[in-house]
Amino acid sequence: MLHLILFSVFGLVCVVGAVNLLLQKHPINSALSLVVVMGSLAVEYLLLGAEFVAAVQVIVYAGAIMVLFVFVIMLLNAGEEEHTEGSRVAWLLGIPGMLAVTVIVCWALLMHSDTRTVSLGALPGPPADIAQLLFHEFLLPFEVTSILVLIAIMGAVVLAARPESAPERKEG
Amino acid sequence: MTSGQWAVKQTGMTATDHWRQTTRIRRKTNALPILTFIIVAVIKIALALFVLLTAVAYTVWLERKVVGHMQNRWGPTRVGPFGLLQPAADGVKFLFKEDLTPPHVYRPLFIAAPMIAVIFAITSIAVIPFGNFLHVGSITTPMQITDVNIGLLVVLGITSLGVYGVALSGWSSNSKYSLLGGLRASAQMISYEIALGLSLIGVLILAGTFSLRGIVEAQGGHFWGFIPNWNIFRGGQFVAFFIYMMAAYAETNRIPFDLPEAETELVAGYHTEYSAMKFAMFFMAEYANMITVACLASLLFLGGWSGPVFGPWEWLRDLEPLVWFAARIFIFLFIYIWVRGTLPRFRYDQLMAFGWKFLLPLAIANLVITALVVAWRA
Repeated sequence: MLHLILFSVFGLVCVVGAVNLLLQKHPINSALSLVVVMGSLAVEYLLLGAEFVAAVQVIVYAGAIMVLFVFVIMLLNAGEEEHTEGSRVAWLLGIPGMLAVTVIVCWALLMHSDTRTVSLGALPGPPADIAQLLFHEFLLPFEVTSILVLIAIMGAVVLAARPESAPERKEG
Repeated sequence: MTSGQWAVKQTGMTATDHWRQTTRIRRKTNALPILTFIIVAVIKIALALFVLLTAVAYTVWLERKVVGHMQNRWGPTRVGPFGLLQPAADGVKFLFKEDLTPPHVYRPLFIAAPMIAVIFAITSIAVIPFGNFLHVGSITTPMQITDVNIGLLVVLGITSLGVYGVALSGWSSNSKYSLLGGLRASAQMISYEIALGLSLIGVLILAGTFSLRGIVEAQGGHFWGFIPNWNIFRGGQFVAFFIYMMAAYAETNRIPFDLPEAETELVAGYHTEYSAMKFAMFFMAEYANMITVACLASLLFLGGWSGPVFGPWEWLRDLEPLVWFAARIFIFLFIYIWVRGTLPRFRYDQLMAFGWKFLLPLAIANLVITALVVAWRA
């Protein structure tokens, strides 16, 4: 019972945060709404018994990635969005499209899930179990993902590096 | 791959059975009836909060006295004997000061940022154990508000979220000193979080659990007769201990890493535009972070609350570990303040280079060596 209440409350917080992210005009408010979404997702993971994933979600997503988002907004001094005239075509196509996608996704989920619930303990929760999976079952994807992240970092460094010019170097 | 496939392939029992088994092992003490549990928990929360806030206030007093004596002057002496009522006087001053809000700040975040900073600084006390069990009548309760089995990760997560207080206050103040100070402080904090976390993994490998009580219990006993089994001695984590201390100084923005709030550089950095109670909240957050870091260091590296326990009465034997724990925290705070009074501060590029190019590789090396030694011994 408490489980259901907590799930509903934090699911609601998550959805409200996500909708708020879209509706806010100032990017810093959107970024902070996204932090709220990450936090409520972490609570949902906790409710599934995946405590390690919940903690890592807070540490990595809410505590590092979103901080860098906030950094960028601070550095670029991004101001409020300008109010633009909405396109009528967007409304005419968008709302039916969104309803169609929602209906299709709900139908697919309801048709193909056997039990429609996940019981606490059905998924690996303790860090020892996750370590077992990560370093035995999924070792190759794990290592390949870390190389992928390394490539992304190298790309960012290359893009952000100042162009080298020989005369400047000698003077400096 | 469904979870059922995973479970049967690995251990031959389903995931639910495995979870149930580990949960049974984790539940060591008898559960109290629900109303008693709630009352005991509320009392523990109130007590821990009261002690923490008083400790924060008197850490400020300790700092002023110690730094004063190091600089060959007295420090506060007027208000009460040895200036002991100075924190009370400071509190009254902060309450009555004019709470100025500059005109062009981004108001919601300007007001919320100090609250964020202080909330996350104080929340981590919830998972920190102070001693063994306390026996009152028929109630046995651990001296900890809650023993989460990922306690260390909870503390690290809360520390990561504390960066928001600094970053948002710097930005919302709409002033160049605050913005620069906020940016520098948050970049510094997220850089040193990595070295901080990596230095703790050696301890985790030795203890085998994320639960803070479990890590302390893994350091019980002695070796070679009289040397205690602390992680810094028997665990060989002295390098990790020093990495942790340096990363902690950077995390809490203390000298020698306090460029973001240096007076001569940035007026006051991210809290330039704050006055009265909001400034006091940043202050409290900084000292509460110091105390949390000191608690963690003594739990993870110095054996927590271990020490000789004697006495005829059970309540005395229950409370003595608290005294040993408090002694360790006092030593850490004294070292913090000692370093503050002694060292000059790093320049910002030196600071970032130190964190990324020295502490991070050293922490990884410590982790690799610890893992190799543990694997070789097993």
